[in-house]
Amino acid sequence: TVPVNGSEEGKIKAPKPMKTGTTIAGVVYKDGVVLGADTRATSEEVVADKMCAKIHYIAPNIYCCGAGTAADTEKTTDMLSSNLTIFSMNSGRNPRVVMAVNILQDMLFRYRGMIGAHLILGGVDCTGSHLYTVGPYGSMDKVPYLAMGSGKLPAMGILEDRFKGNMDLEEAKALVSDAIHAGIMSDLASGNNIDLCVITKEGVDYIRPHRESIYNYKRQAKYKYKPGTTPVLNKTVNQLELVHETVQMMETAGSS
Amino acid sequence: TLEACCSRAWTSCFNSTSIMAVEFEGGVVIGADSRTTTGAYIANRVTDKLTPIHERIFCCRSGSAADTQAIADAVTYQLGFHSIELDEAPLVQTAASLFREMCYRYREELMAGIIVAGWDPRRGGQVYTVPVGGMMTRQPVSVGGSGSSYIYGYVDSNYRAGMSKEECLKFTAEALTLAMERDGSSGGVVRLAVVSEQGVERQVILGNQLPKFSTV
Repeated sequence: TVPVNGSEEGKIKAPKPMKTGTTIAGVVYKDGVVLGADTRATSEEVVADKMCAKIHYIAPNIYCCGAGTAADTEKTTDMLSSNLTIFSMNSGRNPRVVMAVNILQDMLFRYRGMIGAHLILGGVDCTGSHLYTVGPYGSMDKVPYLAMGSGKLPAMGILEDRFKGNMDLEEAKALVSDAIHAGIMSDLASGNNIDLCVITKEGVDYIRPHRESIYNYKRQAKYKYKPGTTPVLNKTVNQLELVHETVQMMETAGSS
Repeated sequence: TLEACCSRAWTSCFNSTSIMAVEFEGGVVIGADSRTTTGAYIANRVTDKLTPIHERIFCCRSGSAADTQAIADAVTYQLGFHSIELDEAPLVQTAASLFREMCYRYREELMAGIIVAGWDPRRGGQVYTVPVGGMMTRQPVSVGGSGSSYIYGYVDSNYRAGMSKEECLKFTAEALTLAMERDGSSGGVVRLAVVSEQGVERQVILGNQLPKFSTV
């Protein structure tokens, strides 16, 4: 709390860091990986962002869903993406999912859990389709299907019930979408729309949104105020006096 | 001590684990359950806790998943480097010492109970246990994890020196099944591996194929 005017009254509470309170899921299917996420970001009890993007780009063939503290997942995935791009350029190879996982593990373990990032990494590389989860302390699991976030329990229920090896695309998309939907229905901190990301050897299909919430609220009126709505009571003009002017020439490539 | 160590929220913990290793003439048999928990949620029900450190050296991991994965990665690197320098297969004792060095030095920060088992040409099959705290000792049979408490009696009464490979596999599978039966935080499938001069043979015993014991 921040005391205002040095007095006890009017203490303002600093806003809590935005957590994604999320449902994210991933499934390996016949030709690749399908990742899914809801789009609600909460700041305590208020929905801070109704169309938050939780599926982050890591590499052209690797995407990452992030649950936990929004800032941590954003920054961590950004850094990972930069590292992998540099690696790609240096070595002339396309990045592999297992490399992304190793980099994440190293970093998160070093920070001893202080970075609240619960991530699902999915991608297709020359060795096949892979789905990994990395926890905030640096633990890693490689599995064919997965759900994370506050809505993971209901989502996992759907996945455990309907997952089969070698599903085709439509089945896999429906499964992930239903798993996220279960999370949205049963978890307060998950909601709004469902994003899907399908990664195959041929490329990526980022479907945003895949399914829109039926509770999309349409604004009842316009909230723009016409100029002149607020009465002007007083007007003071302070002329700033130009005291001294200097020009400094800079050496640039184009200058003579 | 389980609760005290697990005071970190959101730790993927394999303290909820049953791991075991047995020496036999010509190699070792190692086994583990497959459950990783975060609190009361099973984060992974098909975990592989038998991690290869070198061609014929494995470790069974119990304790914090993050800590043991990081330690295993570090030791794999160090042992690989050592092996290249020596131009020779590393000794199981070397691997165990590397684990012990790390687990003892960072004992305040880590929570890791590791059983190192493998085969080397000099001393054959060996099992070394490096429990929480960083002690290292060689044992012909070793159990670890939270489920181990329930099977000390079974292991002590049923272990005989000089068992064959098949007998050791049956012994390990039955011991782990009993541990998983009684320990709420162990479960899933039983993963087994035999490490010997010939290499590594891995197998999985699924839940419905586990040996049955009557509980009256």
